[in-house]
Amino acid sequence: MTEMCDIAVIGAGPAGANAALVASRHGLTVTLLDEQPKPGGQVWRAKSAAILDAPSTPESVAGGQLRQHLQNSAVTHLGDSRVWQIEQSADGWVLHLLRHGQVPSLRARALVIATGAREFVQPVPGWTTPGVLGLAGATALFKQELALPGKRTVVSGTGPLVFFVAAEIRRLGGEVAAVITPNSRGDWLRALPAMARRPDLLMRGARWVADLMLAGVPVHWRHAVSEVEGNNNVKTVRFRKLGADWSPKAEARSVEADSLCLGNGLIPAVETAQLAGLALEHRPALGGWVPKRGADGETAVPGLFLCGDGAGIRGAASAEIDGQLAGLGAAQHLGAETAAERARLRPSYTRAARFGMAMTALSIPRKGLAKLTRDDTIVCRCESLTYGAIAAEIAGGAASTNAVKSGLRAGMGACGGKFCQSTVARMIAQAEGGNEADVPPPTARPPLRPVPVAALAGDFDYSDLPIPKPAPL
Amino acid sequence: MTQIYDIAIVGGGIMGCAAALRLSAGGMAPVVLDQGDLGQGASGVNAGTLSLQIKRVELMPYALKGHHEWERMGDAVGFHKTGGYTLAFTAREAELLHERQTLKAEAGAPITFVSPQEVHKAEPNLAQKVVAASYCPEDGYANSSLTGQYYRGQLRDQGIAYRERCPVTAIEQGDGFTLTTPNGPIRARRLLLAAGAWLNPVAALMGVDLPVQARINTVSVTERMPPLISTVIGHATGLLTMKQKPNGTVLVGGGWQGRGTPQEGRGQVSAASVMPNLALAQYALPALAKARVLRSWTGFEANVPDFYPLAGALPGVKDAFVLGCVRGGYTIGPYIGGLMGDFILGREPELPLFDPARNFNEETA
Repeated sequence: MTEMCDIAVIGAGPAGANAALVASRHGLTVTLLDEQPKPGGQVWRAKSAAILDAPSTPESVAGGQLRQHLQNSAVTHLGDSRVWQIEQSADGWVLHLLRHGQVPSLRARALVIATGAREFVQPVPGWTTPGVLGLAGATALFKQELALPGKRTVVSGTGPLVFFVAAEIRRLGGEVAAVITPNSRGDWLRALPAMARRPDLLMRGARWVADLMLAGVPVHWRHAVSEVEGNNNVKTVRFRKLGADWSPKAEARSVEADSLCLGNGLIPAVETAQLAGLALEHRPALGGWVPKRGADGETAVPGLFLCGDGAGIRGAASAEIDGQLAGLGAAQHLGAETAAERARLRPSYTRAARFGMAMTALSIPRKGLAKLTRDDTIVCRCESLTYGAIAAEIAGGAASTNAVKSGLRAGMGACGGKFCQSTVARMIAQAEGGNEADVPPPTARPPLRPVPVAALAGDFDYSDLPIPKPAPL
Repeated sequence: MTQIYDIAIVGGGIMGCAAALRLSAGGMAPVVLDQGDLGQGASGVNAGTLSLQIKRVELMPYALKGHHEWERMGDAVGFHKTGGYTLAFTAREAELLHERQTLKAEAGAPITFVSPQEVHKAEPNLAQKVVAASYCPEDGYANSSLTGQYYRGQLRDQGIAYRERCPVTAIEQGDGFTLTTPNGPIRARRLLLAAGAWLNPVAALMGVDLPVQARINTVSVTERMPPLISTVIGHATGLLTMKQKPNGTVLVGGGWQGRGTPQEGRGQVSAASVMPNLALAQYALPALAKARVLRSWTGFEANVPDFYPLAGALPGVKDAFVLGCVRGGYTIGPYIGGLMGDFILGREPELPLFDPARNFNEETA
């Protein structure tokens, strides 16, 4: 079955959903795809049916409004849809989906990619212990299920997310044993001018920190979790003071807890853009490798647009406007007149992007943090590869992420390298004395998400097998 | 003073590296250059099948020698001799199977015909729709992902120079050859082009037009599964190869075509190829239905119009040689690379090479 639309949007977070809405207002048929059942993305994730009565948060309100707008619009929202392959055709794009166990395809004249971000965790001894989860992963628990990571939780990581997660745990009745962040108070003070461009967001962050202070939750500035102890579950979290480049210093201290939320900033999810044919460039201030793009989401490939955190980490507030710009860009590409509308949006985009990039700057780990990973620390979870094994492969001459992947299978497991590749690339860059910009991610391969063989096979009829001319004898 | 190598080898796949090892053993100082990493072209992305049942009749002596080379490399390349079955599901396929495998057996491959009952006994998870099958105990597979790691280690152990991510953009011939690369010029007395699907543009740097084309073969791999099959499985039409690795993943190939050209990069997977390829795999092995495909990819398999190798002197260029376009190149590569080394060293190769100056539109060999 192949459906046809003017514009397909991949990702129904703030960026993608807004792109879909504005393009649809220009009379274009838009299909909005997302792997979750409801729009909202990670940041405005919808509540599960069981917790609909839970009190609202700014995220649930924003997400609720977005879902309402979409419902009132002509946008076709296709939830539970995973794009597994993207192909360019003569008249646009063919998206191959996995939906309800089948593999339908969708044709579109233009394509907007808004695939968002994933979390980076610097591996430390014990980080794979049950009870450890990502900061971003924890927010998904709160938003969708109102669930807590444990009874007594250490919250650790960079940027604003660590304070948001700690504040949410307390709001939902949990205990925060400690907040541990590599950032210093001075880092935050220096970010103030950029943050002042969005006083609303600044105030909200200040309230999280004030709440923690009033509750007497210890906040360890310029510290990082260095080890997690516990066999079947987190028991003790060890943490150390950091130097200016975030190298661990001094003896470890410890705190008892049954759970740990750990994250070190976000990384743009670029595999979809790579498969669609976009080249990447290394932009550390935007979270690492990002697809190249021009103004209003335009890219080097005609009819392909890009927006949101997947184009560089600038945060949700910026993504909303970025999505509108890309949606209008795509509409313009298909003949609508949107120049004036885009010009009106650009100043507010710039303001929001400055705020978001200031938060990104706080979240990006500094070089020394990598020293927390020890020789026997697991780096590739899927294939159980340690730092030492990967370092030995690099010392043996494997000088690219593709070479390490081929030789060791780092990145060949179920996650497709989403957990380990940033660490592997940094290890190569360090070993070669070079720059991370010289170590691109491995070649992207479909499917973007695992696809069952039965779905690909469909209702295959053996007699339809196209028998080719036999190979030369 | 820049070093002058005895020979510059353009292309660090199996053939280029195997030739370098033989040349070094024979006393020459080679340098191996690759535009990417060693062994990441066809050498590193093919399905790793080592099956005599899918080799050309005329190339069977080379394939038999090639099998011994892989067996010798052993664990370092993930070699497993498992035996292999080629299946026919229809009367027409059975006829095709009989005709082709008989000729291959006559050429020296220890291939026999087996009954569907025997297949079922050996591989009980295969669909009970087999009407005819052939078996070869020499068949097996290696892990092509390990090609780069293996040859990098070999070159380092032998002290052979190599440069990765070092594309050659121009070649000048005067007193020897000067190759232009982003890392500076490289000088050598001789030249061996072993650039696989990229042979045409590389030979064009010397003004030679090699009629090299490329097939864009697709391979897919599933997540880890409980033990399902223990041998290499093929299909009478050639549309399926299948094997289960020791880690439980199932690798599926069969020459289904992707899109793209070598000049444009790595090539793209076509959903219209992956879907019937996996459907056929599931038809042959129904338990595969539950497996999830984790990754599909393509590789460029180079060929010339007569589908025989290019292996010999580069036409019209003194001291230059070319090696590539070997059908079954993964199996035969380590062996024919050695033969090529012998030829360049002025020795008589154990088996004849394939003159690149021949008329490609006539049957050769």
